[in-house]
Amino acid sequence: MHFDKPTYTVRKTRKKDIPKGLYTKDPVTGDIVFNKEVEDNQMVAPKSGHHFPIGARARIAHLFDEGSFVETDAKVKSSDPLKFVDSQPYPDRIKRYERDSGLPEAVINGTGKIHGIEISVAVMDFKFCGGAMGAAAGEKLTRAIETAAAKKIPCIIFSASGGARMQEGIYSLMQMAKTSAALGRLAQAKLPFISVLTHPTMGGVTASFATLGDVILAEPGALIGFAGARVIKDTTKQTLPAGFQTAEFLLKHGLIDQIVSRLDLRDRLRDLLLALHVGRKDGVPATGKN
Amino acid sequence: METPVYVLEFEKPLRELSKQLDELRQQSIETNVDLAKEIRAIEVKIDAMQRDIYSNLSPWQKVQVARHPKRPYALDYVNLLCENFHELHGDRQFKDDQALIGGTAFFHGHAVMIVAQQKGRDPKERIARNFGMPQPEGYRKALRLMRLAEKFGLPVLTFIDTPGAFPGIESEARHVSEAIAVNLREMAMLRTPTISVVVGEGGSGGALGIGVTDRVLIFENSYYSVISPEGCAAILWKDGTKAPIAAEALKVSADHLEKLGVVDEVIPEPKGGAHNDVKHAASALGYALQKHLNDLRALNTEKLLDTRYERYRHLGVFEEAGTVRS
Repeated sequence: MHFDKPTYTVRKTRKKDIPKGLYTKDPVTGDIVFNKEVEDNQMVAPKSGHHFPIGARARIAHLFDEGSFVETDAKVKSSDPLKFVDSQPYPDRIKRYERDSGLPEAVINGTGKIHGIEISVAVMDFKFCGGAMGAAAGEKLTRAIETAAAKKIPCIIFSASGGARMQEGIYSLMQMAKTSAALGRLAQAKLPFISVLTHPTMGGVTASFATLGDVILAEPGALIGFAGARVIKDTTKQTLPAGFQTAEFLLKHGLIDQIVSRLDLRDRLRDLLLALHVGRKDGVPATGKN
Repeated sequence: METPVYVLEFEKPLRELSKQLDELRQQSIETNVDLAKEIRAIEVKIDAMQRDIYSNLSPWQKVQVARHPKRPYALDYVNLLCENFHELHGDRQFKDDQALIGGTAFFHGHAVMIVAQQKGRDPKERIARNFGMPQPEGYRKALRLMRLAEKFGLPVLTFIDTPGAFPGIESEARHVSEAIAVNLREMAMLRTPTISVVVGEGGSGGALGIGVTDRVLIFENSYYSVISPEGCAAILWKDGTKAPIAAEALKVSADHLEKLGVVDEVIPEPKGGAHNDVKHAASALGYALQKHLNDLRALNTEKLLDTRYERYRHLGVFEEAGTVRS
């Protein structure tokens, strides 16, 4: 299977956040929107509801109760076990991703509180190497899952990834096994795992932890799939239907639980965790109110 | 030596020699001249050349051997190594995937569950088996059979040989990602000994979908990779013809994978590759399987599961605060 980056675009803002400047064009309505206004609205266009990509740090800032997030494992970084060189050595690429994204890895993890409920979280960021999963990303994801198990708290993972990190060869593939095995133990401990799929979630990430959620949520318009569109076309000569591999396609086919606007996510996660975790732990039925 | 119909690029000098050999034999018959000495000389030369070529294959050349149309497939090994193999069909939900099959068998007198990716030998069978690319139903059937094995205490032997899970609209709509992901999680927790062997192609998530096992064995000329060398070359080198370089960089060969700790043992192939002597290859595999099964049977289930978890927990290398870890 080819876990490459998606090669077609469902939105015009696939690779970067809103361009620098004051305004940006809303790809849905064509209207001009103020960047400041979009940023203040978690990168969701106020009128059309179009979801622009949001960075891991900004997502965390909006998601958790103020001051409750504690980052862990921040010193886990990619290594170069294969001494991989394509057009440039892999370590040089890593340095460039660090510089361009301002992040140490494609995953930021830690613990925090959502409406007072403590959770272990890992947030992927597409800006770092297209969110590709190598050993460091896999390690941080696995630690987030293991932390949840150790602290007996729920785990939430936000995915945004083109798939596996090719420069780490077979080790990147093995991160699928590593993360999935950890989720097996979390499931045995009867702790909830909520997977939130954001634009885009592809390849080995979709085919492992991201699809193992007790509840799977997706952001509107997110591209979610296993094989890239080009690979499917090349292999099968099939014409891909409109909207193929979008969150809406997945919902229609019964593959995810809900599509949730980023603006509603914090409250929705609380409601689900009250039902699945907090209510169960206290032995009282969830009320839906915090 | 019969002249092979399908000749790999690096085997062409061999083919030239075997043509010469054929001619000499023909000549010897036609002219009634004793050419035994000359024939013997060429045979020795062929033998040496074959040994030489096959002991120095590049990663990309090994990929070619792994994809050789005469390469033994899973059922060739199952039929040589096991008795009373009975195929159990279907995922009980949608269909019977013939690219990923399985069933009960007896290996050295003990009942085992076979789960195997199977390619077709002739054009008709190739299509029926979808060129060894399983669909979601294949993975779901595999899980059904593995759970059956767990229930009745049978060890699971999986045979990996796929270019990858099938990339197609139906495959996506029936959620191949979920089928693979669930297998990864459930195989990590399966309460019975499990061994996989990469007999040909280990194509990414499609291979791993039946590959999260206590032990992973691989034939000398098989490969196992996160992406096909061609796919990787097309993306990173923007040129699919750079596949030989990508194969080298990705470290897809058995010897590399053993050094990386991803496989536990490399099964030697007979000279000229497994397709040159299937029985020989099968017997080497049978020996290794028995050895690993004995090891695993000696462990209690909790120890087995902990060891399996730790095996995958530490695959991969990263840095933490300046220290290299795995």
